[in-house]
Amino acid sequence: MISTHTATVTLPTDEQILITREFDAPAHLLWRAVTEPDLVKRWWGAERGQVDLVEIDLRVGGQWRYVMTAAGSDVEVGFHGEFYEIVEHERIVQTEVFEGFPDAHSVNTMTLVEADGRTTLTTLVQHQAKAHRDMQIDSGMEAGMQESFDALERVAAALR
Amino acid sequence: MARAATTTDAFNAIAEPRRREILDVLVGGERPVNDLVSALGLTQPQVSKHLRVLREAGVVDVRDQGRQRLYRLNGTALRPVHDWVADYARLWDERYARLDDVLEDLKRDEQGDGGR
Repeated sequence: MISTHTATVTLPTDEQILITREFDAPAHLLWRAVTEPDLVKRWWGAERGQVDLVEIDLRVGGQWRYVMTAAGSDVEVGFHGEFYEIVEHERIVQTEVFEGFPDAHSVNTMTLVEADGRTTLTTLVQHQAKAHRDMQIDSGMEAGMQESFDALERVAAALR
Repeated sequence: MARAATTTDAFNAIAEPRRREILDVLVGGERPVNDLVSALGLTQPQVSKHLRVLREAGVVDVRDQGRQRLYRLNGTALRPVHDWVADYARLWDERYARLDDVLEDLKRDEQGDGGR
């Protein structure tokens, strides 16, 4: 049985985004799901595209890169960064650059806290500027709108 | 895509942590200023200054009841803030729903191996 948890997004400061979610699984399995490329490929694209590439060199100073093709287009979207800190089953600190806007990078801290076999995953995204933070949230809005358009299109097609 | 300019005030109003604390208290219902002063541990002038910013942004409303002024949340003004973040949150909801499936598979594999 899969429970329906909700991701909570808050904005603790002007430059930050905090994403929190509880999972019905122990921390060591979440660790695998967020660090093993074949597993990341299965969830990171969400409903928004095909994940073409996941490279993870999981060591301090190692690089990571994800590339996906946005659904219904051939636009490739890439993200990459470097690992600053790795504490197995507990914590990863890494930089993230959205390749469409390479001037900005954020420092993301992922934390896993397990209790009674359930694990809370938090990701704190620290941007250098409010404008960059806002841009990242806006991108979610644009993707959301794209989904709405897609849904509208399906409805319209069904009416033909 | 930029946010509509009309929502800027609300975004600025809640950008300050102490002002967000005030809103957290007001989520529980109307409160006189004294309640906010004791909840935040600030001086009354400091709280009043924050309340003025919140009122100007339309995020907080005030009414007089006898000798007391009661402050309350105006959820409508916060709507744009919520909607803005909600679309971004949905991306993570989608991702994590898929992550749930991945975890279910990993749990099954582990049980098949007699656990760790």
